[in-house]
Amino acid sequence: MRYSAWKVFWEGLTGNKGWTPQWREPEPKPEYDVIIVGGGGHGLATAYYLAKEHGITNVAVVEKGWIGGGNVGRNTTIVRSNYMLPGNEPFYELSMKLWENLEQDFNYNAMISQRGILNLSHSDPQHDAYARRGNAMQLVDAGAVLLGKEEVRKMCPFLDFDNARFPIRGGIWQPRGGTVRHDAVAWGYARGADSRGVDILQNCEVNGFILENGVCKGVETSRGTIRAKKVAVAVAGNSGKVMAKADMRLPIESHVLQAFVSEGLKPLIPGVITFGAGHFYVSQSDKGGLVFGGDIDGYNTYAQRGNLPVVEDVCEGGMALIPMIGRARLLRAWGGIMDMSMDGSPFITKTHIDGLHFNGGWCYGGFKATPASGFCYAHLLARGEPHEVATEYRLDRFRRGAMIDEKGQGAQPNLH
Amino acid sequence: MIINHPLVGPRDAAEFTYLGDASLIDRPDWKNKNAPDVFHDYLYLRDNPAGLHRELWYHEQGDRSWLVVTRDTTTHEISKVELARDVAIARKRGK
Repeated sequence: MRYSAWKVFWEGLTGNKGWTPQWREPEPKPEYDVIIVGGGGHGLATAYYLAKEHGITNVAVVEKGWIGGGNVGRNTTIVRSNYMLPGNEPFYELSMKLWENLEQDFNYNAMISQRGILNLSHSDPQHDAYARRGNAMQLVDAGAVLLGKEEVRKMCPFLDFDNARFPIRGGIWQPRGGTVRHDAVAWGYARGADSRGVDILQNCEVNGFILENGVCKGVETSRGTIRAKKVAVAVAGNSGKVMAKADMRLPIESHVLQAFVSEGLKPLIPGVITFGAGHFYVSQSDKGGLVFGGDIDGYNTYAQRGNLPVVEDVCEGGMALIPMIGRARLLRAWGGIMDMSMDGSPFITKTHIDGLHFNGGWCYGGFKATPASGFCYAHLLARGEPHEVATEYRLDRFRRGAMIDEKGQGAQPNLH
Repeated sequence: MIINHPLVGPRDAAEFTYLGDASLIDRPDWKNKNAPDVFHDYLYLRDNPAGLHRELWYHEQGDRSWLVVTRDTTTHEISKVELARDVAIARKRGK
């Protein structure tokens, strides 16, 4: 399906009856070069970059439900590259650069809006820590601006600057951060991959892996056996369930993260704002709703819904930061399942089983990583070695003592 | 979620903090020949099941006891609550 202004005009006059599906609904072939398990943002991006960057088009994406129905369809749409540690920051900056060129690259409107992200500080030590993080960001040209209280006040006069417990000291601002229309990311990658020959197989659940002499040769699915030279899993949220079919235990727990959206309001919040003293972040969608969230619920779960104590905690954070949002009514709340890893950082890696690859452990930061995750995973699948910005995302990093622990919490997934 | 504490009765889960899989009770012996491998698995790897999960909760805002709660991770239904001390003693992990 191709689009043009003329096509929109013509379809408008003729009752919109001429639109055709954006991707095919093919039957599974008996064998592929690469099978990607999971038709979410990361899986579809991997298929897209395999086809586009490496010319590998005999690829299937198998998805148990419909594509884009998992976390790429239920996140808070924020993109940023404001990390600090060497194993992370170059990767997320590659992702940011891919975001910036994504719409031109896959020729699809993903509504990428670089309105900036502001992390607030509430004490001198926190402000110093942000200065340090900003310097680490500058090392990879991510762009960071340290703001004082009055500069923040100019940008966001509605914040509670003189809060008795957590007065605002300043903040760090990444002007290139922002939001992206999340569903369009999945659809754009799907259309781009499909048009290059990738088969997207929906309603095709993987029930097991074909393991012959310790080598993965394909997958057993609800639509039959499909063999492949390489199998690549990208099912974050369900990684534990899927990799258990290959008898693998992972350094991951599944947790639920809730998100919320208010009724539509007039333009109010300039970019993305995060509270530095509690866990609360907010942006405003193009429809006007305030999109916000906070901490994970904190216990193992595969249920895509959370509990009320965290709803209360998030709303308290919102009230402490922006008292006026107490007047807005909550429209919707939902939950998504996160792969919470032992150090808060992800995996893009081979496994001890030849031919079986694993991408997961994205914690609550998978959406912003989507382009680089697909780009680096495709690199690993095509070349057999990790991309230079993803060399630290290996499963054996705990054994080597090479954790990437941005928050310094240790092996306690619900605290990352 | 309501956790039916064996000593103080039904309490809101918000009074508790969560540690994780109850297999953390089974700390390996540091004198094992392959202690680095065993401790790697103990500390970092998890079963992470979808279904019944035995897990450690700490009644921080209450009587400060550790509990082993058996809970379904797909429904949040709690089917059993034990004192972690009793579980540890039964596994010969405590005194």
